[in-house]
Amino acid sequence: MRTAVIVFPGTNCEHDVVYALEALGGEAEIVWHRETSLDDFDGVILPGGFAHGDYLRTGAIARFSPVMSDVRRMAENGAPVLGICNGFQMLCEAGLLPGALIANRDLSFICRFVDLEVVDTDTVITRLASEGERVRIPLNSYEGNWVDPSAGGRVALRYVDNPNGSQARAAAVANERGNVAGIMPHPERGIEDILGSSDGQVLLESFLQSLVDYPLVPA
Amino acid sequence: MTTPTGPAHQKLGMTDDEYESIVGILGREPLPAELAMYSVMWSEHCSYKSSRRHLERFPTEAPWVVVGPGENAGVVDIGDGWLAALRIESHNHPSFVEPYQGAATGVGGILRDVFTMGARPIALWDQIRVGPLDQPKNRYLLKGVVSGIAGYGNAVGVPTVGGEIEFDDCYSGNPLVNVMCLGILRKEQLVLGTAGTPGTIAVLLGKATGRDGIGGASILASASFEDESEEKRPSVQVGDPFEEKKLIEACLELYEKSLVVGVQDLGAAGLSCATSEPAGRAGLGMRIELDAVHRRESGMTAPELLMSESQERMMAFVSPGNLDRVLAVADKWEIETAVVGEVKPGPNLTIRHNGRVVAEVPAASLANDAPLLDRPSARPGWLDDVWSAQTSVNDVEPVDLLLKLLDDPAIGSSAWVHEQYDHMLFLSTVIGPGSDGSLLRMKGTDKALAVSTDGNGRLCYLDPRRGAARLVYEAALNVAVAGARPLAVVDNLNFGNPEKPEVMWQLIETVEGISGACEALGIPVVGGNVSFYNETDGVDIHPTPVVGLLGLADPMPSSPPRWSQANEGMEIWEVGPEPTDNLAGSAAQRVAGEALGGRPTAPSPERARRVVTLAADLAHLVPVLHDISDGGLAVAVAEICIASGVGARINNAEPAAMFSEDPHRFVVVMESGTADLPADLATRVGIIGGDSLSLGSGTLDLSIITNAWRQALPSALGV
Repeated sequence: MRTAVIVFPGTNCEHDVVYALEALGGEAEIVWHRETSLDDFDGVILPGGFAHGDYLRTGAIARFSPVMSDVRRMAENGAPVLGICNGFQMLCEAGLLPGALIANRDLSFICRFVDLEVVDTDTVITRLASEGERVRIPLNSYEGNWVDPSAGGRVALRYVDNPNGSQARAAAVANERGNVAGIMPHPERGIEDILGSSDGQVLLESFLQSLVDYPLVPA
Repeated sequence: MTTPTGPAHQKLGMTDDEYESIVGILGREPLPAELAMYSVMWSEHCSYKSSRRHLERFPTEAPWVVVGPGENAGVVDIGDGWLAALRIESHNHPSFVEPYQGAATGVGGILRDVFTMGARPIALWDQIRVGPLDQPKNRYLLKGVVSGIAGYGNAVGVPTVGGEIEFDDCYSGNPLVNVMCLGILRKEQLVLGTAGTPGTIAVLLGKATGRDGIGGASILASASFEDESEEKRPSVQVGDPFEEKKLIEACLELYEKSLVVGVQDLGAAGLSCATSEPAGRAGLGMRIELDAVHRRESGMTAPELLMSESQERMMAFVSPGNLDRVLAVADKWEIETAVVGEVKPGPNLTIRHNGRVVAEVPAASLANDAPLLDRPSARPGWLDDVWSAQTSVNDVEPVDLLLKLLDDPAIGSSAWVHEQYDHMLFLSTVIGPGSDGSLLRMKGTDKALAVSTDGNGRLCYLDPRRGAARLVYEAALNVAVAGARPLAVVDNLNFGNPEKPEVMWQLIETVEGISGACEALGIPVVGGNVSFYNETDGVDIHPTPVVGLLGLADPMPSSPPRWSQANEGMEIWEVGPEPTDNLAGSAAQRVAGEALGGRPTAPSPERARRVVTLAADLAHLVPVLHDISDGGLAVAVAEICIASGVGARINNAEPAAMFSEDPHRFVVVMESGTADLPADLATRVGIIGGDSLSLGSGTLDLSIITNAWRQALPSALGV
């Protein structure tokens, strides 16, 4: 079971995501955004960073990268697709997740641990968690404020204290089938107590389990 | 600054003597492009002409030093095939003129210094000094500088894991922004700034060259400010962290594939520096075609192309056989390239523009033959008066003074600053901002690197030699309480106008202080930076050396001490020499409203060595260690209480015992008997417990001190 961790110019969390997946027993490989085929992979993670410098709008240029058409194909086939932070922004820009991410309510970058609450356990990052479970992992973003005028999608996790003003306190959102999810805080930064928390393990383990169960929901 | 009139060399900030030296080297009058190159390379910022003879005092050797001062960054061996590269730089003048871009490009510049050596930059530290926050201009400067560091550092993908803020009137007209970077690399990936051998090709990588920052760092940082400083705004460079991120990844791929023989970043003095220094180091010459330089403005003259400080550019030196592969890597990372020249035998740097030779000068003369000045120095006459001042806080209630200290923006929580910085990227930050020293684990090894950056302008104003030595000892103790042993130092020497004998005396004393302390600890100085002319309208800043000290924890403590690990019933011990009642230069003196005065307590090399070793050993055993510095024992214990969410009682509330900042002291909090502490150095001073902090007969609720500490900086900023 192999995960493609996609790297765009400006992405910076790719090594952390690979490290975390491997630490949890997964297998991951870094894939450059100009690749066109993800045939060798069972799932995809779009990691955090500043793809294309966040120029124009976060994720707005990345969604046109060659690799994105295969990311879309996998998402539509029910494979696990997870966007973390900047990756979440890309999935919204690509229309694979509802809504958009705008500047934080206080117009300030926020890097600190935040408490989350599991709302929906039928998604690619929460299926091993329990409803109501508290998860403490780091947030690290300026455009982390999720808004969705259509009120579509499923909120997988929500902030206990809403630090950035997100609608429905949403910290993680999934599509209707649950196989595509975006999360603004960083689960890969919360897998070891020596770094402050291991609460993020259950989220990435959920993702790894989803690879085994692929496809989540038959197409 | 009004534009000087007179001969061309004076307009470029050169003296008549310097001009005569150039004529002597060339045997003729220099051409305009040649004069431009000498003016930037021989500027104070690039040539260290006022400080160089004094910097030779620094101890620079140790068995673990791989690259000492003089290269782009210092490099030390940390064992098992790993090296660490470190460097510190100032961006003081640009940050005053334009705080966001000034601070942002400071980050960009220090990163290039480190990845030029073949290292991946893994962390940054920022030292910020501005005037008091009751002045709107200072609030604007601090907000701008922090946004600039966040905007660039976060986007370029290197975590900012620590730093310091200090406020003083002397920085109102002249803020200080110093940034330190640490990188790590495998031994075989070390790259030096050399041009290699004749036939090697010079490839310019990165952003197109424009007219931004012409003479920026070199000229801006080499003269004082007067009223019209905003006219200098065009000399500040503009940063592009996305371009830098691509440049980092491209260069690291070039190193990994062994495709370059040498690399030099383009910072201060731009192309002038990136051609003459590597050629000079190789003892060779070079031919450069300015027409090949990719640029974003038309009509640039040769002097402009040679002086431009456009950001995010690197010069790579490549064997002809590897050129295609180098260009392919650059293409993959979507960065622009230009083949601009070739290394030649002989000493001359020959520069052509529009088909004509515009400069032909000995390459090494630009880098090495800058005038070496011996400026007069004199002990300031006012020092005796300042030393005779007495400070006492005996008539102030200790709890009142403690509350004032915690409510001070320099002592209160720095969360407003460091939560704007990504300080967790790379999954290495075991101890991050808001502690004594940062502790960064090295994944895949048992090792961790610890860094502390420390400055204290007030202490150094009162006694630059003692003050500077105490900074080194404080930094050493800060890494020790994280479990590391000191390894190497970089320093950033921020001073006033070197043409004043008192300022030169302060520099010489500071260098002596740092050198003595490093010798006592057995560690070398592996690099540094001097920033002179921190003077506005004739008023100099306090002498403000900033020390960045790298330590190695091998192995890393399995559970490193943290301020947050105190529990009900634990004992509080103070370790170190008994403090005196000398409050010279202390935070207590400042917040009590007393004039800055007195002579700071002298440090002791023997005690420094002993407490540093002891703290590094205890870090493997006890839950809480905390260096005693700003605000003394009272603030150290309060910070532990706030972080742990529990109260404490301190028995002896004598002001000297509470607020002294005498050196070589730290706090241990532990269950009774967890570790044996030496009887001649350790005193049990109190116990953890309850929901208030008691000093003698006075008491403060934990919620009150927590709130004061948390709100100090945001309230002062009005955010």
